[in-house]
Amino acid sequence: MKFRNSLLTYCGYASTTEANAGSKVRAGLLSLQSGSSAGLLFLLTLLGLSSCRQDMHDQPRYEAFEGSSFFADGRSVRPSIAGTIARGHLNEDKHLHTGRIGSELADSYPFAIDHAVLERGRQRYSIFCTPCHGEAGFGDGMIVERGFRRPPSLHEQRLREAPPGYIFDVITNGFGVMYDYADRIAPKDRWAIAAYIEALQLSQYADLNDAPADWRTRLNTQQETGMGVSK
Amino acid sequence: MTQIFHHSFNTISRVSIFGAVFMAATLAWVGDRIHRSPYMTQADVVRAQPVPFSHKHHVQGLGLDCRYCHTTVEESAFAGIPPTKTCMTCHSQLFSDADILAPVRESYQSDRSLEWTRVHDLPDFAYFDHSVHLAKGIGCVSCHGRVDEMPLMWRENSLNMDWCLDCHRDPGAHVRPKERVFDMDWFPAERRDDLVEEYEIESLTSCSTCHR
Ligand code: HEC
Ligand code: HEC
Ligand code: HEC
Ligand code: HEC
Ligand code: HEC
Ligand code: HEC
Repeated sequence: MKFRNSLLTYCGYASTTEANAGSKVRAGLLSLQSGSSAGLLFLLTLLGLSSCRQDMHDQPRYEAFEGSSFFADGRSVRPSIAGTIARGHLNEDKHLHTGRIGSELADSYPFAIDHAVLERGRQRYSIFCTPCHGEAGFGDGMIVERGFRRPPSLHEQRLREAPPGYIFDVITNGFGVMYDYADRIAPKDRWAIAAYIEALQLSQYADLNDAPADWRTRLNTQQETGMGVSK
Repeated sequence: MTQIFHHSFNTISRVSIFGAVFMAATLAWVGDRIHRSPYMTQADVVRAQPVPFSHKHHVQGLGLDCRYCHTTVEESAFAGIPPTKTCMTCHSQLFSDADILAPVRESYQSDRSLEWTRVHDLPDFAYFDHSVHLAKGIGCVSCHGRVDEMPLMWRENSLNMDWCLDCHRDPGAHVRPKERVFDMDWFPAERRDDLVEEYEIESLTSCSTCHR
């Protein structure tokens, strides 16, 4: 800021001297004696002005995440004051935002789960969870191969019996060495992931009879021709 | 009276008048080349960073999705630079006492942000928005190049106005299916004018699109 202010005052200063210089030049043209010195002054002022521009490339405003020398923590992004609630973030729906009904982990979803939600869940799961939990949830992700602690398989009896609110809770608050993902995954997406994990769990223990009739014949023919079941 | 100039000066003067046009043009061309050279646009210049973070290792090596770190790229103008906590989801366990990661741990403990050096930075008078480009099927790789092969980040394209306009005039040559937007090594085999229609892509070239 300081630098900018001085730059602006410099610009202001330069333009007033230019005005003076202008009148001096006119005066100089009349009286030939002072002509050369006024001309020199005029040229010097022009030179000064050429280095004086309001820099439109870097305007005096903060861009997202830009550092700041003004605030003590060096950030231009200011934390909201404790107790403030942003518009639309009242989070009245406790089921949706905490994964609990009363003090119990919710055993149901706060909104209807359809195909689109499951697709969204699959996508978010593969972005945020596969690195450790693996594509199918067995805990064999790439990061685990590099030495991260191996998470339990999501197909364990205990986790198969856990309510969806539990998965929501682990994503929101973390678990053991697993950090929380609350700042990166919106509540709705956390539920979508929970629903997708439920689908994953189902997939490992599903019987042919669980599949809808039209799929059953397709799966049967695939089995006969020795082809793997594709998604 | 003797002639001051030799007879040949007739030709020389004609040639030099004619030549001056070329001289001016050449100068302009050289100036333009310099202006667009990597030296001026800083494209291809590898930036030093406080921590030598490698997209090659994390994206190609580990298969991480861009959105694991650049979380807001789909919804907002700004792609987002990951907070230190994101690094710590893994590095609290992996390489947890490597010297190379000391600044990351230091930043996490002291709650002071890591100060990454910006690689892409449009002038403030130009407006850019990531979300619309992704929603209309433009892949990261079309603008940022093979990020998954960059040990340290550099800028692949000039980000000059004519570069933006090349695509805005003819989006069909660059558009890809939406599910391929984050793929680094997939390229459409041919023009996808069908997608231009499907995604209702307009050719936005009016000045106020980007200068608002
Ligand atoms: C960086 C690796 C990593 C990522 C990414 C990760 N987890 Fe975990 N997760 C773990 C580890 C390790 C454990 C075991 C923690 C422990 O025992 O200390 C775990 C445990 C769990 C558990 C089991 C808790 C229990 O009761 O045993 C669930 C459920 C879970 N994670 C869900 C998820 C979901 C959903 C995601 C994606 C949003 C995710 N995790 C992303 C590493 C990860
Ligand atoms: C593990 C986290 C992580 C992942 C995954 C990741 N990035 Fe980054 N990215 C970063 C960090 C940290 C920076 C800042 C340091 C730098 O510029 O190298 C960055 C910087 C960038 C920049 C330059 C920003 C600038 O300064 O202008 C681009 C472009 C970028 N990433 C694109 C991508 C793309 C495309 C992908 C997916 C293929 C991706 N990133 C995946 C962490 C990540
Ligand atoms: C999903 C887990 C994960 C995340 C998130 C992550 N890293 Fe890494 N990082 C690794 C692994 C695994 C390696 C080892 C790479 C290898 O073996 O190829 C590594 C290696 C490194 C190295 C060592 C040099 C190299 O590239 O091999 C640095 C430096 C590093 N990471 C910095 C960071 C920073 C900075 C961030 C945050 C923006 C980050 N990492 C986020 C998993 C992660
Ligand atoms: C149409 C071209 C284009 C596409 C597609 C694109 N980017 Fe960018 N990206 C830019 C430009 C231009 C900037 C510089 C923005 C600025 O300075 O305001 C940028 C900046 C960034 C930054 C630095 C932070 C910021 O937002 O300024 C990151 C990180 C980044 N891009 C990541 C990505 C990722 C990840 C993808 C793919 C999901 C992607 N970009 C797709 C053009 C693009
Ligand atoms: C590879 C192709 C490509 C490049 C490169 C590209 N754009 Fe775009 N841009 C698009 C497409 C496609 C759209 C969507 C047009 C539509 O809305 O139908 C778009 C839309 C936009 C919009 C409109 C956003 C809105 O909200 O209306 C802006 C602004 C924009 N681009 C700015 C830029 C700038 C600035 C650059 C250069 C730094 C750039 N673009 C480079 C393809 C590109
Ligand atoms: C697709 C987006 C886009 C559109 C449309 C666009 N511009 Fe630009 N323009 C840019 C970007 C990006 C830059 C910055 C290039 C750079 O890095 O120097 C720029 C730079 C400029 C500059 C140079 C300023 C300087 O100081 O270097 C001028 C002048 C300009 N634009 C005028 C126009 C006019 C006039 C139009 C309409 C005919 C127009 N622009 C349309 C994106 C756009």
